[in-house]
Amino acid sequence: MALLDCPPPLPDRQVTPVHSLSRTPPARAAKTSPLHFEQALQLLSHSGQSLPAGEPGSPAWQQALIDALVDLSSRDALTGLANRRAFEVALGREVDRVARSGEPALLLALDIDHFKRVNDQHGHVAGDQVIRAVANALLDSVRPMDLVARVGGEEFAIILPNCASTFGETVAERVRRRVERMPVALGALVPGAVEISVTVSVGGAFAPQWVRSTPTLWQERADQQLYMAKAQGRNLVRLEPTAVSVVSHEEKQLLFDSFQFQDHE
Amino acid sequence: MSTPVPSPSELPAQHIMAVTSGKGGVGKTFVSANLAAALARAGRRVLVLDADLGLANLDVVLNLHPKITLHDVFTGKSTLADAVLPAPGGFHVLLAGSGMVEYSRMTPEVRDQLQKVIAEVAPKFDHVLLDTGAGISDVVLYTVSLAGQVLVVVTPEPTSLTDAYATIKVLATTQGRRQVHLLVNQTRKLGEGRAVRQQLQQVVDRFVNPNIDGAVRLELLGEVPSDPAVRDAVQRRQLLLETFPGTPAAKALVAAAARLLAE
Repeated sequence: MALLDCPPPLPDRQVTPVHSLSRTPPARAAKTSPLHFEQALQLLSHSGQSLPAGEPGSPAWQQALIDALVDLSSRDALTGLANRRAFEVALGREVDRVARSGEPALLLALDIDHFKRVNDQHGHVAGDQVIRAVANALLDSVRPMDLVARVGGEEFAIILPNCASTFGETVAERVRRRVERMPVALGALVPGAVEISVTVSVGGAFAPQWVRSTPTLWQERADQQLYMAKAQGRNLVRLEPTAVSVVSHEEKQLLFDSFQFQDHE
Repeated sequence: MSTPVPSPSELPAQHIMAVTSGKGGVGKTFVSANLAAALARAGRRVLVLDADLGLANLDVVLNLHPKITLHDVFTGKSTLADAVLPAPGGFHVLLAGSGMVEYSRMTPEVRDQLQKVIAEVAPKFDHVLLDTGAGISDVVLYTVSLAGQVLVVVTPEPTSLTDAYATIKVLATTQGRRQVHLLVNQTRKLGEGRAVRQQLQQVVDRFVNPNIDGAVRLELLGEVPSDPAVRDAVQRRQLLLETFPGTPAAKALVAAAARLLAE
């Protein structure tokens, strides 16, 4: 098969059927319901989420509860950013959108440089503080419509819909610089060190306009650029050249190497 | 036109093959037309779609003077059924015509129109060849993305080789293409086609495959020897397979079609 596997269909949002409850009056439903809400409510209040409003057990209340849980399961607990799961859903949607509309979209893959050192020197609490600070810096340096996600320990990703290729470098550079110039106050967390600074390496790739693609392929291309930014010294931005059609000198050399071209009269 | 536009995640059909080259003037349209004739001769229903929307010349190669073109279908002046014309050689064509210059840049309209036309017409044929334009423009890349298979026509000279390589690289990185067919045209000695494939594969292995998931495999569909009969047939605006069926080039094209059928 020529093309990579196509993205799986997005799962419909699962909604617990409420009709089974509708025969019993809502007021009693909370007590007699076979469903158990206690744990869900506990989870929400522990996570600092507001609890569903309305009459407990009513369909509206249950919907609000589900919405709150969906929101909770889409977020990264430490930073409040979109988590990996939410990111993958959004990326799939963006690939489909770009293929339909032909609008350019940029995916940035970011990684905090030498993060292990922060953890080793200042401890995990400080490490968490750094991750939170970087998350905020990323949110501050992009548009509200852009999706910022924490996709791994010290790895982040940003989906920028409708981002023209001529602006790619500027945006990515702004993000990198914003982190570089941001001191992370460790305050009372760490004895001695009051402020530290960190940097990020940034890789980016544009979604191929008009063309069928997969989220995996797009992510791979952005990651590839991130590896290059890391390899070239970190605290750098590397975007996939929009014209990947450029053939380098090295490629040409190998292409013509040992190949005997006939004389064309 | 009531055919729904397929969703972008739907995979293109395997019997649709884009014929492309990067560099122009390597015999892309000549190959498309004669390959189509060879497939038709094997009893297959074949359509060649002139997807070189900006600079169409399939009509020139086949000496056709179409009254109805894709342009009329796009503008609703004609039905698709009326625009599919019989061509010499026993296959069918959908011609772009010269009124298509306005479509040489990709817009959402062109995109949807082209996709609709191909979706509607493809089920009626055993083989659909999309004869793309030269270069690696967004129209060309989009057209290729509508095909399940891709055939790159290349000649054994440096500029063609470079452009074919660039095309393969772009298709691999931006479309996830992993299988590419090659047809080496105008070879000067036997085995030159294999050498060209080998050379391209070597560079792909070194510079493209390490950066992608999986590996791009180049398949040699055939090599067509440089043959004065080709020039003669092209100037007469006739199919090589009809006019000079016994020549080495004609036999090579028939062999390439046979290899395609054997897959």
